[in-house]
Amino acid sequence: MLPLLLRQARRILLTVLLGGLLGATLVRMGPGFGVDERELDSRLSADSQQAIRAENAKENNIALFYVRYIGGFLHGDFGFSRSLNRPVAELLRQRLPLTLESAGLGLTGGASLGLVLALLTVWWRAPGADLVPAVLSGLCLAAPAAVIALALLWMGPWIGAASRWAIALVVFPHVYRYAKNQLIATSQSPHVVAAEAKGLSSWRVLWAHVFTPAAPQLAALAGISVSLAFGASIPIEVICDSPGVGQLAWRAAMDRDLPLLVTITVLVALMTLVVNSLADLALGTWKNNAWKDSAAA
Amino acid sequence: MEGQRGGVNLKQKIALAVLALAVVASLGAGFLTEHSYAEQSRESISAPPSAHFWLGTDELGRDRFTRLLYGTRVSLLLAPAAALLATVIAAMIGGAAGYLGGRWERAVTTGIDLFLSLPWLFLLLAVRALLPLNTSPVMSVMITFLLLGCLGWAAPARIIRAGTRTLRNSDFLVQASASGVSRWRLFWRHLLPNLRPILLAQFWISIPLFILSEANLGLLGLGVSEPLPSWGAMLRELENYSAVLQNPWILAPVILLVAVVSCLQLLLGTEERVPC
Repeated sequence: MLPLLLRQARRILLTVLLGGLLGATLVRMGPGFGVDERELDSRLSADSQQAIRAENAKENNIALFYVRYIGGFLHGDFGFSRSLNRPVAELLRQRLPLTLESAGLGLTGGASLGLVLALLTVWWRAPGADLVPAVLSGLCLAAPAAVIALALLWMGPWIGAASRWAIALVVFPHVYRYAKNQLIATSQSPHVVAAEAKGLSSWRVLWAHVFTPAAPQLAALAGISVSLAFGASIPIEVICDSPGVGQLAWRAAMDRDLPLLVTITVLVALMTLVVNSLADLALGTWKNNAWKDSAAA
Repeated sequence: MEGQRGGVNLKQKIALAVLALAVVASLGAGFLTEHSYAEQSRESISAPPSAHFWLGTDELGRDRFTRLLYGTRVSLLLAPAAALLATVIAAMIGGAAGYLGGRWERAVTTGIDLFLSLPWLFLLLAVRALLPLNTSPVMSVMITFLLLGCLGWAAPARIIRAGTRTLRNSDFLVQASASGVSRWRLFWRHLLPNLRPILLAQFWISIPLFILSEANLGLLGLGVSEPLPSWGAMLRELENYSAVLQNPWILAPVILLVAVVSCLQLLLGTEERVPC
């Protein structure tokens, strides 16, 4: 358990460092870096302009720039947004809760829908039983997230918060297809055949002998789903005019505000990694317990 | 089971026919329509479908059918090009990591995992914002698909690495190595050709992913520049809800996009790896 925990912590730390380095590089390469519009102010004396240049020259020292950028990042100083003229941390504090809420609710809705439909498909083994969910998941997989958001926005008055529904529909097909395959594979294993032969009810077989053993594998999907939900939040929030982090990232891209965009990207990656690590830890713990149980038996 | 197989085959044949039709129509755009994708007819702005304009015209008076054909050409030719680039990069990185093993493999695997933890669209946006936004249409196409190709290598690289690891210990490679074949030659002449099925699968799986990514980028105004059409750019018309209600033929690009991506997924029997 401890080695797994350490491995995950190392992975997260490495991401912060590499993400910070990558982010700092992108910011340095970005348009407008090293240019200070104050230098164009004709009211400033030559000494003042010289002082501004000296101040900016510090930024041109690559090593110092990286150390300062990553140090600031680790201390919660994410820089300053030039396009919105506000600290990045303040912008994130305002917008992150909305994205977390819509991504969380959308993720829960999409994952629940996918799991329930996958269970029903496996339980109801009639030919063509999965026709409706298969068509629905195929359509959701084949449509860009932005189009799903648009379609839901048109239905706005009937369905309420379109952004949550759109995220749910982006997540749903992935969960449904993966869960269905996992459940079908488990349902064909010998212990399930034996349970059915003993005359257990189909729901009991499905719950205790198919779903429960497959649950850890299904939990592993959490990381991918979080990444999906955050990724989809950009087009969805832009289309739905929802003032979250996704919309902020889009505005930053349009205004070429790289410090803001890079910080958002690294933070979202970190959140994804944390969820991935938690899923890995849960899976590791479950395997550990299962191994101990089988050894004790 | 036999019936099921027959059904799947039939579906795949239909998918193949639809894809072939889309490709042929887009390549033969010059023969199928007399208009240019940029030609503006000022007297027919937002016109409904007619014998002259099969899908009507947009708000600049451009023939929507012509733009759809050329847009299909852009998406259907360049998505495979981007997929090819991504697969080549993935083969180099994943193949080398799996073949060399040890620290090199661990380092590459960590890099791949970190790359994969960056949400795809956020990463695309960050790198796209770094590049010029006001470029010529042709340059914007190049930038969009080079970006997709250069950033889309991580997921295939992981699968290729795993495939290479399996092959690394196979009898024929051990025998070739024992008979004195250099490591470089082993990689190029013996390993890579045997990875072909995996590489092909990764190439085909990447195509719908890149088509969808371009569509999302286009809808956000970060894809192919006007007047060059692409599916993503054409989808921007859908933002005007009242126009869609009055002119349902505006939906043609989205219907074609969903049909083509669905057909690709049917052909692939694809399960995962479509991030957004």
